[in-house]
Amino acid sequence: MTLNDLWFLLIAVLWAGYFVLEGFDFGVGILLRPVGRDERGRRVLLNTIGPVWDGNEVWVITAAGATFAAFPQWYATLFSGGYLPLLLILVCLIVRGLAFEYRGKGSTAQWRRNWDIAITVCSFVPALLWGVVFGSIVHGVPLRADHEFVGTVGDFLSPFALLVGLLTLSLFVFHGAVFLSLKTTDEVRARARRIATGAGVFATVAYLVAVIWMQQIRGGVSGLQFGATSLVVGLAGGVAVAVALVLTRVGRDGWAFVSSAVGVLALVGSIFTVLFPLVMPSTGDPAGTLDIHNAASSPYTLTVMSWVALALVPFVIGYQAWSYWVFRKRISTRQIPLPRSGAHAERQPAGEVVPEARSGVVPGARSGVVPGARSGVVPGPGSGVVPGARGGVVPGPVDRETP
Amino acid sequence: MDVLSLARWQFGVTTVYHYLFIPISIGLALYVAIVETAWVRTRNPVYLRSAKFFSSLLLINFAIGVVTGIVQEFQFGMNWSSYSRFVGDVFGAPLAMESLLAFFIESTFLGLWIFGWDKLSPRLHCACMWMVAFGTTASAYFILAANSFMQHPVGIEIDAATGRPRLVDIGAVLFQPLQLITFSHVITACWLTGAVVVVGVSSNFMAKRRSTEVFRPALRFGLWALLISSIAVIVTGDLQGKIMTEVQPMKMAAAEALYDTTDSASFSLITIGTLDGHHETWSIRVPGVTSYMATGTFDGTVEGVNDVQREYEQRFGPGDYRPNIPVTYWTFRLMMGAGFILALVSVVGLWLTRRGRNPVSPWVWRLAMWSVAGAFVGNTAGWVFTEMGRQPWTVVGLYKTQDSVSPTVTAGTVLTSLIVLTVLYGVLVVIETRLIFRTIRKGPPEEAAVLAMLGRKNPLRTNTLPDRGDDGTPAGGAGRGDAEPDRDDDVLTFAY
Repeated sequence: MTLNDLWFLLIAVLWAGYFVLEGFDFGVGILLRPVGRDERGRRVLLNTIGPVWDGNEVWVITAAGATFAAFPQWYATLFSGGYLPLLLILVCLIVRGLAFEYRGKGSTAQWRRNWDIAITVCSFVPALLWGVVFGSIVHGVPLRADHEFVGTVGDFLSPFALLVGLLTLSLFVFHGAVFLSLKTTDEVRARARRIATGAGVFATVAYLVAVIWMQQIRGGVSGLQFGATSLVVGLAGGVAVAVALVLTRVGRDGWAFVSSAVGVLALVGSIFTVLFPLVMPSTGDPAGTLDIHNAASSPYTLTVMSWVALALVPFVIGYQAWSYWVFRKRISTRQIPLPRSGAHAERQPAGEVVPEARSGVVPGARSGVVPGARSGVVPGPGSGVVPGARGGVVPGPVDRETP
Repeated sequence: MDVLSLARWQFGVTTVYHYLFIPISIGLALYVAIVETAWVRTRNPVYLRSAKFFSSLLLINFAIGVVTGIVQEFQFGMNWSSYSRFVGDVFGAPLAMESLLAFFIESTFLGLWIFGWDKLSPRLHCACMWMVAFGTTASAYFILAANSFMQHPVGIEIDAATGRPRLVDIGAVLFQPLQLITFSHVITACWLTGAVVVVGVSSNFMAKRRSTEVFRPALRFGLWALLISSIAVIVTGDLQGKIMTEVQPMKMAAAEALYDTTDSASFSLITIGTLDGHHETWSIRVPGVTSYMATGTFDGTVEGVNDVQREYEQRFGPGDYRPNIPVTYWTFRLMMGAGFILALVSVVGLWLTRRGRNPVSPWVWRLAMWSVAGAFVGNTAGWVFTEMGRQPWTVVGLYKTQDSVSPTVTAGTVLTSLIVLTVLYGVLVVIETRLIFRTIRKGPPEEAAVLAMLGRKNPLRTNTLPDRGDDGTPAGGAGRGDAEPDRDDDVLTFAY
């Protein structure tokens, strides 16, 4: 395997990581209203991805950065050629990221409703457009001999690209629903499973059609180097989605998630194997076609980046896996603290013990904080600090012996 | 407007905007890590409240810094595809390293930190914020290495076949002296920004005598951090001036609007006139200072714009190699002025609050709050200076800005994206500012609330309550809760 092959593989791995991980984030975002239903339900959904969505999104930043480093010509052509779809994706990623962080920080229902809509729309659009962009890469776009894109935005909207767009959209909705079946309980989980059925059937059909169509398109243009492999990987991926669907139906949530992740992974695998060794086929001047050689950086740069990637990627996978382990529990609506109830809650007497927090309903709890009911916390009468004294407060020793 | 101007405006708008938030994130992440360490070591909940409060400001900023950062990465390809093709062999590498080493760390560990209060032991939780602080710092390092390459390309050969630079020495790109100095200057400016935010916000509470047990220590710490970081910014800035004179003489000359090569060049604090070297109406000048800034001696020779221009014409052929001189001249002064004023603020602040004193005059507090603006002015002016001062080059001596733009992207497309992003950023800054002020108005969490947030990981917990299935960890047994089984219906102590 040459360095160019290795980097083609690594970039496939980065995109696969991105689609597997942010795929279910997009799905959860799209399902926010149908599965979330009410405020508590929506907050369950948001909290299933809360700790991890940002780390998941870094995979796309890394995929783009690695493409820039290893295949600068591919990066330049793809990003200037796919200008408007990528701008739309950018706007959505901006609004969506802020929506997660800012939604809970307002006080009105209208505020939350607006951010909910933002999350839904801004998850829907990238889920569709990433498929369209990758469909267009496989299909080919008009490039001139110096590899510059010379088409219009219409060249990114071929029927095949749109099909791949619908495929990623439905696949991410399915993947998200399977993820929610794994991460939630009771009625939220039931709704997620119902939606998984419909989305899964649609995704399986679109998947199989797209995989077969893909072979036909690339077979006609460049001759397939790994056509058979791509077809086998793709069909296996379609089957994995169907298997995930069945596993969800019978309640094997963990294995269903593994299987749908394999389905997403196999889609990226199938796309990259059918392209290999091309990275950006041209439907215009054939000389414009970019492959892993004419798009690549120098051997020195590829060597340096190989060492960096091989040293760091295992750590990345390690600590991301750890964070998933830390947040492995299912989340139920009972665990969601009451919506922020207003300023009077601040006067909650320190140390008051709420006798029964099992219901998750804690009167007057503010900012999602439950005054130490289950945890056995009895906050002391201050921490040895004299509040409000002029001329500076001297923090004293902490009073650890609470009554 | 043509594609080039539109693309430059977009880069300027998005970069300046992005950089309003970045120094706060870098500085505040470090502050929160330090103050949480103080909590872990002393078990004084005042520090925990401080960490929690300043972390809410940090998170609001961090979110917007992250999402606007994606634009930065994508627009090199979208608007500047020729540039990307030209420098791809060199420039992509630090960007990819930044993602792999910095972005993954900061985003993953920030997620663990935000949601992990009751899931990680206090020490491990605190370590997560240190990882975030490390990630933000590493991120600054790599992106500055990429920028330093643009200011002073090193570690390359020009490929005979393509005419493009080919990387031959990654060490030179990552560790060239200009990069080391630039990083030191920028990172200390980020610490300065974090410090001045802590000072400004704390002053707001001190003025109202609200939660002074939290904000008096924060204020004092912030003032000391401000003093140290502002001195460091001035020292590193001085070093950077000298190395800049070596590698980019045009930028130094433009910073002073010095047209003709001069021995013991004076430094003008302020000039009224046209700055073109002909019509100076009035100015305040300090003799020898420009020479000192450029060379380290008061009688050193500083090359003037005209002489560098002549020299560049000989080396690179005919053309205008002068940056926009009024912009470089004034941003240079704004940057330096902000740095010196903030150093002064820290000294005055430390004096006024010495040994437990708290100033009574509301004006003192108001000035302290307004000094936050100084950091924004300094950061922004510094970047505008260094990037505008690099013009007309994107990579000094190798590649010009006018050649860098995407050749087949239309002006309409770039205009669309400029308008979309500017409007979006405008709306977001309003929302962000309101959230920041709202968070400040709300104030720090009460001690009970902040301890409850820790759940069974609270090191101050006692077992005097009738526990239900707890293992009766004695008070102060930090981290001992790990052995306890999680109960599925525990209310989340932190939730979106």
